[in-house]
Amino acid sequence: MFVEYFTMRLLFILFAVLILLFSACEKLLPKAPAPEETLDGPMEGLTTEQSIQFARGDEAFGEVFTPATGLGPIFVMSSCAGCHTGDGKGHPFATLTRFGQSDSTGNNYLMQGGPQLQHRAIPGFTPEVLPSGAPFSRFLPPAVAGIGFLAALSDAQILSYADPNDADGDGISGVPNYITPPPYFVPGPYHIPQNGKYIGRFGRKAAAIDLLIQTVNAYHQDIGITSIFEMVDPINFQVSGQGNDPIPDPEVSNSVINDVVFYLRTLKPPTPRNSSDPDVMAGKNIFTDIKCGKCHIPEWTTPQSDVAALSNKTFYPYTDLLLHDMGPGLDDGYTEGSAKTSEWRTTPLWGLGLSKIAQGGQYFLMHDGRAKSLESAIMLHGGEASDSKNLFQQLNSSDKAKLIKFLESL
Amino acid sequence: MKIFFLLSFFIPCFALGQSDSLRKDSLITNMNKDAGYNRPAFFGDRFPVSLGGYLEANTHYGGTDGVNEGLSFQMRRLTLFMFSRLSSRTRFLTEIEFEDGTKEINIEAALLDFQIHRLLIFRGGVILNPIGSFNQNHDGPKWAFIERPLVSTTLIPSTWSNPGFGFHGSGLLGDLWQWNYEAYLTQGFDDQIIANETNRTFLGATKENPDRFEESFNGSAMGNLKTAFRHSSLGEFGVSWMGGVYNAFRVEGEIVDDKRRVDVFAFDLSLNPGKNTNITGEFAMVKVDVPKTYFQQFGSGQYGFFLDWNQKICNPRIPGFPGSALYYSFRLERVDYNTENFSEIDGGGKIYDELWGLNTGFSLRPQNETVIRINYFYRWHRDLFGNPASKSAALQFGVSSYF
Ligand code: HEC
Ligand code: HEC
Repeated sequence: MFVEYFTMRLLFILFAVLILLFSACEKLLPKAPAPEETLDGPMEGLTTEQSIQFARGDEAFGEVFTPATGLGPIFVMSSCAGCHTGDGKGHPFATLTRFGQSDSTGNNYLMQGGPQLQHRAIPGFTPEVLPSGAPFSRFLPPAVAGIGFLAALSDAQILSYADPNDADGDGISGVPNYITPPPYFVPGPYHIPQNGKYIGRFGRKAAAIDLLIQTVNAYHQDIGITSIFEMVDPINFQVSGQGNDPIPDPEVSNSVINDVVFYLRTLKPPTPRNSSDPDVMAGKNIFTDIKCGKCHIPEWTTPQSDVAALSNKTFYPYTDLLLHDMGPGLDDGYTEGSAKTSEWRTTPLWGLGLSKIAQGGQYFLMHDGRAKSLESAIMLHGGEASDSKNLFQQLNSSDKAKLIKFLESL
Repeated sequence: MKIFFLLSFFIPCFALGQSDSLRKDSLITNMNKDAGYNRPAFFGDRFPVSLGGYLEANTHYGGTDGVNEGLSFQMRRLTLFMFSRLSSRTRFLTEIEFEDGTKEINIEAALLDFQIHRLLIFRGGVILNPIGSFNQNHDGPKWAFIERPLVSTTLIPSTWSNPGFGFHGSGLLGDLWQWNYEAYLTQGFDDQIIANETNRTFLGATKENPDRFEESFNGSAMGNLKTAFRHSSLGEFGVSWMGGVYNAFRVEGEIVDDKRRVDVFAFDLSLNPGKNTNITGEFAMVKVDVPKTYFQQFGSGQYGFFLDWNQKICNPRIPGFPGSALYYSFRLERVDYNTENFSEIDGGGKIYDELWGLNTGFSLRPQNETVIRINYFYRWHRDLFGNPASKSAALQFGVSSYF
């Protein structure tokens, strides 16, 4: 009797303790970082189906490829997320090298592995090396957060900021990069072609017309993954006897490509922080005053889209998606499409303040990550941006600090 | 099918008790047809076969960075062992494990020992490689924590066993010290250790190779040495090494690559600084010759350790369980999966991909063979670039018992 009572009591206490612990559990688990402190995650207003497709795309974006699942044979990195850490800007470890083209006549090194260098290889294969004498440039991965809004804009909207002959005489022109599309490209009603070429808007030189092309090329050129759009593995032609990897092609299905494109389209835009801080507000005015906003156009509104969450939305990317001549300092001698070697697409500045959480606690800015601080990024501006840079230089240190504080709040 | 096959393997043991009657069974002839019954285990003039095992099951409530995985119930493993002394100088031990339900069924060990001398015992079969101490001493009911130490699972891929053979032996050093050694040649690693979905050097990836009990990946053996010393009251410590070539340097007889080595060094200890206190730990270091053309996520160096502190609190009086004891335990662990520097950044730049972990909990042992444990762990993982750590934690409750 006593024994039973005792055991019962012990059991009871044990259960009580367990229930207590497990009900307090939620508090014992690590909290999510505040949404404005991260760049990844879906945008608001997705339907259940869309959220599920986003989650599938998210998983595919993180998938690490191995030789058994098709990696390579030559490649740069084994997953999208390996370069686009947390959907933010990449780390110098993830830079890629492009080579072989120095004017608008095209790439002269296609038979030597151009335009992209695959400097890594799976066991048993030889990676490419940069051919000596080839013009080249190094590209750091841009942030992809919010990119769906930029993809949703119409060509007409982008062209409205173009000023190829500097008709308004402000020293800033802004030209689109016209690109010959790949055979699988399907133009939309919002495209405005010129002689069969289309306006590119993604990549450092704005050489990718849409997110499908960007994704197909990334799988193919960055990871060595074939799809029905690119059925042949990247092969190292620099040495003899290098073939495909033995994995049957396509190595990713169409539905995976579609999921990833949808994921990119529906990534949430970076959320500004401390927008009502007086210094930040003052910094924002300085940004406009010293003409940064001539290229880094703050505000855009999307037209009607097949995804309701992307329709008629105002957003703040701080870019015009156009190319600008940035002067000899940023001229690497390499180019893509109709861009000049000194021309670069205006980098969207949203999410700038969160760069560090994806870049290992420090800044790597500009197309190749050469700037280690916001100030040095601004000081690297030349060419069409010289005027603006000079105005920045003339600011007193308190105004400079306010401008930097504003940039960090984005 | 596989389960059925393995289970049928045990059926003869349950027939043990009937061995005498079987022998007399006039239905059993010496013909091939009855070979299944004509087995030494069924006859009475030999040492008995012992059958045992252990079970580990738990609940897990955890999450990472605000993503709550909720509550799950886990049947981590059910292990069966059989031991048999064939003669005074030969013995056989096997351990078969069903992991995560029946997702994995492994022969953890199948050892045949043949004693030539106390210092020279020949061992052949499937050997649990002596590297560190956890790999060999991994039975769930022995430990205060539901989670196995990270250094012993993600660096040393416990439980890591391979077909092979070698020698072992033990002796005394004076009155207070014992020592032993083990020296084996076994099957080794393959190149999945640097080509796997964890995106880092991971020795455990070799376990995915279904052929590894049949055929060497590259036709070369792995060496494995360990020596350990035990003081009668202070405790035990050991040093160990295993290593060999992991890549397919030869394809169809043609040499296609350099021979690339993987080596693991480990140091383990188990100390008893006080009557009710035990400190157990393990340190391991991995060195891998990764091709220069490969990429840096797959580090050529790794290290890690864990340190468990177990303190007996009291002997609670639970009727029917006179030997019951309650313990408090604390574990500190660390693993650095990549000790290299980035070659892409001027002046280096450390590659992180490293983890710190704390685990704490209470364990009640109503009897020596059984443990009921409640654990809480917290881990900080920093990615390659050292971005803000991703945090994960879990509360676990579980039981583990020998039978
Ligand atoms: C080797 C690193 C690397 C990998 C792997 C990689 N990317 Fe990129 N990504 C880059 C770089 C560098 C750029 C800039 C490219 C350019 O300028 O042309 C870029 C650009 C992009 C852009 C355009 C961003 C912008 O602002 O214009 C998108 C979208 C993108 N990548 C998606 C992906 C997807 C999807 C995958 C996986 C299939 C992927 N990336 C894999 C490095 C990488
Ligand atoms: C003529 C157009 C133009 C003007 C004016 C301009 N920028 Fe830029 N900005 C660019 C382009 C193009 C890039 C990309 C250059 C590169 O990648 O090498 C860029 C890059 C940047 C970057 C680096 C972003 C990153 O993620 O790497 C920052 C920061 C920046 N601009 C801030 C400013 C500020 C502040 C001003 C005003 C002082 C300004 N810009 C004026 C065109 C301009």
